[in-house]
Amino acid sequence: MDAVLSTHRLSLWYGTNQALKGVSLDVPAHRVTALIGPSGCGKSTFLKTLNRMHELVPGVRVEGEVLYRGRSIFDPALDVTALRRQVGMVFQKANPFPMSVYDNIAYGPRTHGIRRRGELDAIVERSLRAAAIWDEVKDRLRKSALSLSGGQQQRVCIARALAVEPDVLLMDEATSALDPISTSRIEELITELKRSYTIVIVTHNMQQAARVSDRCAFFLQGELVEAGDTGRLFSMPGDRRTEDYITGRFG
Amino acid sequence: MGGRRVRDGLLRGALWASGVLTCALLAFLIGFVLWRGLGHVSWGLLTGQRSYLNHTDGIFPNILNTLYMILFTLAAALPVGVGAAVYLTEYAPAGPWTSAIEFAAETLAGIPSILYGLVGMLFFVRLLRLGTGVVSGGLTLAVMILPVVLRTTQEALKAVPRSYREGAMGLGAGRWRTVYTVVLPGAAQGIVTGCILSVGRIVGESAALLFTAGTAARAAGLLRALHTPSATLSVSLYVYANEYGDLDTAMAIAAVLLLITLAINLLAARTGRRLDRQKGGE
Ligand SMILES: Nc1ncnc2c1ncn2[C@@H]1O[C@H](COP(=O)(O)OP(=O)(O)OP(=O)(O)O)[C@@H](O)[C@H]1O
Ligand SMILES: [Mg+2]
Repeated sequence: MDAVLSTHRLSLWYGTNQALKGVSLDVPAHRVTALIGPSGCGKSTFLKTLNRMHELVPGVRVEGEVLYRGRSIFDPALDVTALRRQVGMVFQKANPFPMSVYDNIAYGPRTHGIRRRGELDAIVERSLRAAAIWDEVKDRLRKSALSLSGGQQQRVCIARALAVEPDVLLMDEATSALDPISTSRIEELITELKRSYTIVIVTHNMQQAARVSDRCAFFLQGELVEAGDTGRLFSMPGDRRTEDYITGRFG
Repeated sequence: MGGRRVRDGLLRGALWASGVLTCALLAFLIGFVLWRGLGHVSWGLLTGQRSYLNHTDGIFPNILNTLYMILFTLAAALPVGVGAAVYLTEYAPAGPWTSAIEFAAETLAGIPSILYGLVGMLFFVRLLRLGTGVVSGGLTLAVMILPVVLRTTQEALKAVPRSYREGAMGLGAGRWRTVYTVVLPGAAQGIVTGCILSVGRIVGESAALLFTAGTAARAAGLLRALHTPSATLSVSLYVYANEYGDLDTAMAIAAVLLLITLAINLLAARTGRRLDRQKGGE
């Protein structure tokens, strides 16, 4: 299996509190991998480690290995900027910058040195189209992104992440703050995007995991209990705790 | 039952009375200064300068000096204050070191300004031989307002949502790019408010300037004013009232100072609102 990202015995501590306990997981290319599990089990933490965003938390310590396309992301020679460009992130709460829609989308490309107007215009349009929001914002590219609705803001954030042409897209409960219509639009989008990208999502919604993901990984108290094809995991969970969780018996 | 109603009534009455008293005092102060002062404000006073030979009086040099003092002080204090605030909130890990600096800043802000004046004179005027003038006065004031700039900037930086920083870094922006494209613009309003507060202190300061910027005033270009005695408006108020015994002119200056202060406060409120709108979009 060609894993784009794979972790080996990944452990993580916030100070003395261990949030990940020896997690080994492969993330296959052009698939949607869903991380599920009860609140506080370490899904967000695991996701953040994949592009080293956990380093923004003071006092955090990591053991184990994360390989991105075969190379350790903790390699001191590795440029974390380049890693985050390849492995992009969409957050739980839409967080557009307080700038125009255009400047939001152009932020990443500009960060990576693209300055030419025509090129930026093309990237902005392409990214907004890919995030299925072009038609709604094409007449208000110069307006503040904060003036959009929550669902639109989240799709702008997805477009912003796509604008740097990442390889992998990490989405942490990207629809949890949205209404059902915006949610289903973003779910369609995820299914669409997996043709070009490898996607990892975190979700609390079992139906959502079943609908959009190809593979599923169940976390419990910092441990990876089991991972496998979504259909298999939902129909024949290999572990009692997985079964309890997906049938809603706890969590 | 009745007792509680009476107590509530008394309490409300007392609160109402202190509110009215505060407003009345403010209105009286403003009214008194304008009534005593405005009559003596004339075009000649605003544009002329004091001369024993020509028997003229004027505060034009003081107005110029006030302006120079504002520019010089901000130019000295802003980069350092904002830089230190960015370093403390964005780079330095929070710990005993950063809290020590914050504590020092709080303490510095509470020291009487005459003390700054004395130390400024010994250090900038005598030791560094910078002369009595805008440079020594401005550096003294810069040290004095540094805590204000530092603290207001820090508060403004801390108020910028963490999600902005995460968003920028998640796109591969480095720390410095994150700071100057997302964090500083987000904090601009607070920084500008800090600047305007500082301008208020510069305009209003006299004690710290008496020994460092001097009490004389002659209309001069900025370059000359840097190292020659250059009294600001507030200092000249003191000089007119205390040394010349000219209370009429002192009150005129007071009226001008009052109007400037009002203008600064209005500006602060308006800038705050405008930046708010820009951030909110549309
Ligand atoms: N910044 C942090 N500092 C300290 N501890 C943290 C931090 N973030 C998370 N933790 C702890 O790490 C553990 C895992 O948290 P994490 O946010 O990864 O869980 P999660 O599975 O994403 O939960 P949720 O479903 O509620 O989002 C929790 O015990 C949490 O308290
Ligand atoms: Mg989470």
